[in-house]
Amino acid sequence: MDLFVSMFAATIIAATPLIFAALGELVVEKSGVLNLGIEGMMLIGAAFGIWVHFAGFPMILAVGAAVVGGALASLMFGVLALTFMTNQYAAGLALAIFGAGVSAFIGRGFGTTPVEAIQPLHIPGLSDIPILGEMFFQFDPLVYLSFVLFAAVSWFLYRTKAGLALRAIGESPDSAHAIGYQVIRIRYLAVMFGGAMAGLGGAYLSLVYTPLWVENMTAGRGWIALALVVFAAWRPRRVIFGAWLFGGMTILQLQGQAIGLTVPTEVLSALPYVATIVVLVLISRNREAMALDFPTSLAQPFRPKG
Amino acid sequence: MNPRLELRGISKSYPGVLANDEISLTVQPGEIHAILGENGAGKSTLMKIIYGATHADAGEILCDGVAVPEHGPAVSRELGIEMVYQHFALFESLTVAENVSLSMPGNMDLKALAARIRDVSEKYGLPIDPDRRVLSLSVGERQRVEIVRCLLRNPKLLILDEPTSVLTPQAVHKLFETLRTLAQEGCSILYISHKLDEVRALCHSATVLRGGRVTGVADPRKSTSAELARMMVGNDLPEVILTKTELSHAPMLSVNNLSMASESVVGTSLKSVSLEVHGGEIVGLAGVSGNGQSELAAAISGERITNAAEDILLEGRPIGHLDAGRRRDLGLGFVPEERLGRGAVPPHELSENALLTAHRQGMVKRGMVNRKRARAFARDVIDKYSVKANGPDAKAHGLSGGNLQKYIMGREIEMAPRVLLVSQPTWGVDVGASAYIRQTLIDLSRSGAAVIVISEELEELFEICDRLYVFCHGALSHSLDRNATNVEEIGLLMSGTGGAAQTAVPSADEVRHVV
Repeated sequence: MDLFVSMFAATIIAATPLIFAALGELVVEKSGVLNLGIEGMMLIGAAFGIWVHFAGFPMILAVGAAVVGGALASLMFGVLALTFMTNQYAAGLALAIFGAGVSAFIGRGFGTTPVEAIQPLHIPGLSDIPILGEMFFQFDPLVYLSFVLFAAVSWFLYRTKAGLALRAIGESPDSAHAIGYQVIRIRYLAVMFGGAMAGLGGAYLSLVYTPLWVENMTAGRGWIALALVVFAAWRPRRVIFGAWLFGGMTILQLQGQAIGLTVPTEVLSALPYVATIVVLVLISRNREAMALDFPTSLAQPFRPKG
Repeated sequence: MNPRLELRGISKSYPGVLANDEISLTVQPGEIHAILGENGAGKSTLMKIIYGATHADAGEILCDGVAVPEHGPAVSRELGIEMVYQHFALFESLTVAENVSLSMPGNMDLKALAARIRDVSEKYGLPIDPDRRVLSLSVGERQRVEIVRCLLRNPKLLILDEPTSVLTPQAVHKLFETLRTLAQEGCSILYISHKLDEVRALCHSATVLRGGRVTGVADPRKSTSAELARMMVGNDLPEVILTKTELSHAPMLSVNNLSMASESVVGTSLKSVSLEVHGGEIVGLAGVSGNGQSELAAAISGERITNAAEDILLEGRPIGHLDAGRRRDLGLGFVPEERLGRGAVPPHELSENALLTAHRQGMVKRGMVNRKRARAFARDVIDKYSVKANGPDAKAHGLSGGNLQKYIMGREIEMAPRVLLVSQPTWGVDVGASAYIRQTLIDLSRSGAAVIVISEELEELFEICDRLYVFCHGALSHSLDRNATNVEEIGLLMSGTGGAAQTAVPSADEVRHVV
């Protein structure tokens, strides 16, 4: 039972950076823009967070810096992809590589100094409940923030007019332009939201999860976040499900390694990636349902006509 | 009183084309003003300039006497100018109410909006369900959504682009009443149409365009159709000639008691549909869109495989189990309703689009494309069917709707099909091209092929068909001889109030007797 409880909590924590990054990318893609540079933006966020933390500022500013860093990185992508209408695949890949380089550059002096990680919140009463308290009420503030942001993104996309406009632009920017929406501006906002969320995901890795600076510490999570969005058929709830699945598999394979399974560790390490993608592919087989949520204009540059 | 809208010397050129050349016109409050013109005459460009979707190179726009500077659609809508596009500006994955709310100011209250949509759609006889996704709506229903969306904003100037092509005669009647009411309430209407009779019945004045210039201003109530047509086309209209014909002995295509559940939740299921088409005749399928036409077209063309091979017979041979490509191999041609994306690949060249279906004409050898042949074929079609295009290298989406349709029709007819199924052959196509396409269909049938035309334009069906069937709720009526029926009877069958759907399939002899 203890093992289950601790694995449950560990799963939630492992899924958190993915939830941030994937929710952000979901909003970006819903507006019809494909930003492949999540990995780079996460790394920049992770490096910015540690940088500001080591400079002696409080944790909240470190997290804020990561958010700003991610947003600035995405802004570069935005200028290329939205203003200059370059190929979005190329611009995104460039950002991924650029982010890895810049973060490594920033991180040169960090060494292996561990960070004093953000501590779990103690909620009087709730945190002390046996089992349930440990499963649900002993997390750090960012985990709760990820839940709040999930609710906020779902509410925004499906309950507000701005969210409706965003989805409309993702389906047909020409029609949206024809009825008077400023497609490029709204896409910029979406892209920067995606960057900020990726930066937050990066900060979670460097300030809570690991917590120290390691070059390329995202270890492909940016790409997994990207895959989550696609295989979750652009639905927020499935993104969360996919992130938990990935987190759960990560924890399971760590346990497997710990108890000394005879399977090679490389195979075990690959398990979360394989399992997540297989399961999401299986649940996204219904093409008609996929078509409803797919942003039809994805990755196509928009040029206002006339 | 200032005119509602005044254009002074509007000019606009695109690379290689002068789309609008010094166009001036005046629309008074409460006036229904027709813009008549062939495809490519510059009507759509002019409307886009008025609406602000594109900007004029020169000229002035005055709204209620006040000059409108360079403006976008948002400004236009504030001025009370609303437009129903020919290619609808709707979002397929969203519901009707969501689509409407996107062009309404203020916050989103879908429930209240849905109620208002129901009110307006009932008041003006444009029934739509606000909770349905646009994805599941037929072309005709989508147009209703567009019109209702405009009406909800209480426009001062409403621009309608070919609005009646998808309505039943009764519904056209109703729409005209709606428009007259609106005009009486003071709303001005710009009515773009090529249907001269409708313009004469509805409009107070007309501006005729040809080649980007104003070629005439008329009072359509006092002009004859021939006079208007001459201003529009530059010469007299070609007349469609329906000649006598010899029917093949056996039916070329028969559909036998075909029932098929709809693929999507919201589509129409086919209910024991039977029909027979002989070589040498044109059979028309009338009906308001969304009553099973697209489902039957999919079943006949092979886009959907039927349950039993014997459901569909091509020259006596069961083909229900064959895919679309195999059916084409056997001589069954199909021209779908959507030109861009289904009949042709928009960003591809015409010669590449020829390959899509005409690769059967020896354009592919051992898996390799013979581009020379494809280009020669495309050039042939362009010449023979007088398609206005810059040769076989022109991109499909660069052609006007009418020209692309002529090209697609030409492509299919040049393959000498035994049976040709055409869906909406002249949707959005101008008078000259329509007449040409219709005559081509008649000639094809007279050469011994069987032609099936799905159309919502009754005039067109009456002009070219030998027999008619009427769709209603997924069922097909009995066969009607063109000479023994009339628009009113068909209209009643369309709305399901004109007697029972078909009970027995007419035998070949009966059909021959009727024709």
